[in-house]
Amino acid sequence: MVKRLLRTVLIPAVSVALFLQAAEVKSDRPLMLGTTTSVENSGLLYPLLVAFRADTGIEVRTVVRGTGAILQLGRSGDFDAVLVHHPSAENTFLTSGNGLARHPVMTSRFLIVGPTADPAQVRSASDAATALARIATGSFDFISRGDESGTNAAERALWARAGIYPWSTRDGWYHENGSGMGATLNMASVLSAYSFTESGSWTNFANRGDLAILFSRGPYLANPYAIIPINPARHPHVSARSAARLVDWLTGPAGQAFIANFQVNGTPPFAPAGKTHRERN
Amino acid sequence: MDTFVTAFAEAGALLVSFDLGFLSIVGLSMRISLTAVVLACLIGFPLGAIVALTHFPGRGAVTLLLNTFMGLPPVVVGLIVFLLLSRAGPLGVLGLLFTPAAMIIAQTILVTPIIAALTRQITSDLWIEYGEHLRSLNASPLGTVVTLIADARYSLATVVLAGFGRAIAEVGAVMIVGGNIDHATRVMTTAIALETSKGNLSTALGLGIVLMALALAANAAVQLINSRAQRRAALA
Repeated sequence: MVKRLLRTVLIPAVSVALFLQAAEVKSDRPLMLGTTTSVENSGLLYPLLVAFRADTGIEVRTVVRGTGAILQLGRSGDFDAVLVHHPSAENTFLTSGNGLARHPVMTSRFLIVGPTADPAQVRSASDAATALARIATGSFDFISRGDESGTNAAERALWARAGIYPWSTRDGWYHENGSGMGATLNMASVLSAYSFTESGSWTNFANRGDLAILFSRGPYLANPYAIIPINPARHPHVSARSAARLVDWLTGPAGQAFIANFQVNGTPPFAPAGKTHRERN
Repeated sequence: MDTFVTAFAEAGALLVSFDLGFLSIVGLSMRISLTAVVLACLIGFPLGAIVALTHFPGRGAVTLLLNTFMGLPPVVVGLIVFLLLSRAGPLGVLGLLFTPAAMIIAQTILVTPIIAALTRQITSDLWIEYGEHLRSLNASPLGTVVTLIADARYSLATVVLAGFGRAIAEVGAVMIVGGNIDHATRVMTTAIALETSKGNLSTALGLGIVLMALALAANAAVQLINSRAQRRAALA
């Protein structure tokens, strides 16, 4: 009986387990980069990192979350570098000793999107804060990410500029769904509601339905991305050398040219902003 | 309606294209979930049988816990494993966060209570049926456990399938501890979540159809093996 049990259950089970584990080949640890949904959803990240690997031989693995979550993971030392877009949170991150320095990489535009008919008349607003104020005045449905991502932080800063705080007054037209950019845009598309997004996510978003870009002008909607290598003095296990090479490459001629030439459906979602680019201008 | 039609076309295209990226996602899903189920069986079968066949103080409480943990929320298991494996956590030095190993650990925790609780129920029922007989044969404790588990093997195959179904279908735990890293920790369910977030709803649904087809194939295979074995046993 014991023999039969061995033959029919244990031996196949254990050999399957061993076979499955043997498939995992150990190699040099790849660089771990924490970044945001906007970069990932634009489709820029994958070809960019393939080009980086071709130049340097360094494999980069990316984990994608909102900026708030990525900085939290960076504080724990779970990444070698972070590529994020929330300047004031980045400065706090640096002053508390978690990162080495902040290197600007690129910028995109924040966008106010909504139903093509634009019942709140956002299109004709004088600036982005006025545009949001019009949505609030008419109590038109607005979907916010509400997830402490970089986009969410920029959206709240813009509401504050308009002197309106819909997340604390709990107005019925303001919906915080607490999830990523894609889920938020899917929701806005289904409900024909207004929302706040940025060009990286928007250019590649396929389920737009009746949504259109209604406002993208002016200084309040600039969206700067920066890369911060994690401080090896605080987390000795990080690959500081690989992280430094990624910073040099991204902000140098190769990376900056790649970002400038990257297009989705004929539009470039990002503009280069690294040191090479600034010197050239 | 269009989405559904396109989704079936996408699912078909994915299956016949043998796209390497897609195949590696399917392969990783199977590798992680099968490994987790095998580990869960190695723990759950003996654990369930011991709880069913022995008497010890607190046995009722253990049974209650096992039954409750069958409904462990994957996102909570993911969060706990994440906190343990994060560099700031107690097991951070292992550097396992965002690796397939972390995903196997999380799924093993999810599946083990299902295997253990159902094994306990099945062996306990069999003990009521054959206990008298085994006692009269003076069977040793180990011999009793082995006899009962061997006798219950067809029911236990269904238990394994329940555990596999749980593992292959969950997204909450693997998303948190794996990180959905392209070519490293992206599995079927996290790929579906990603495509949904990009608004590629028909691609997402197409992946979902492939996932369900895989589950169907696994169940059909076990059912076939079981019915053949049962027929052979009946003839013998």
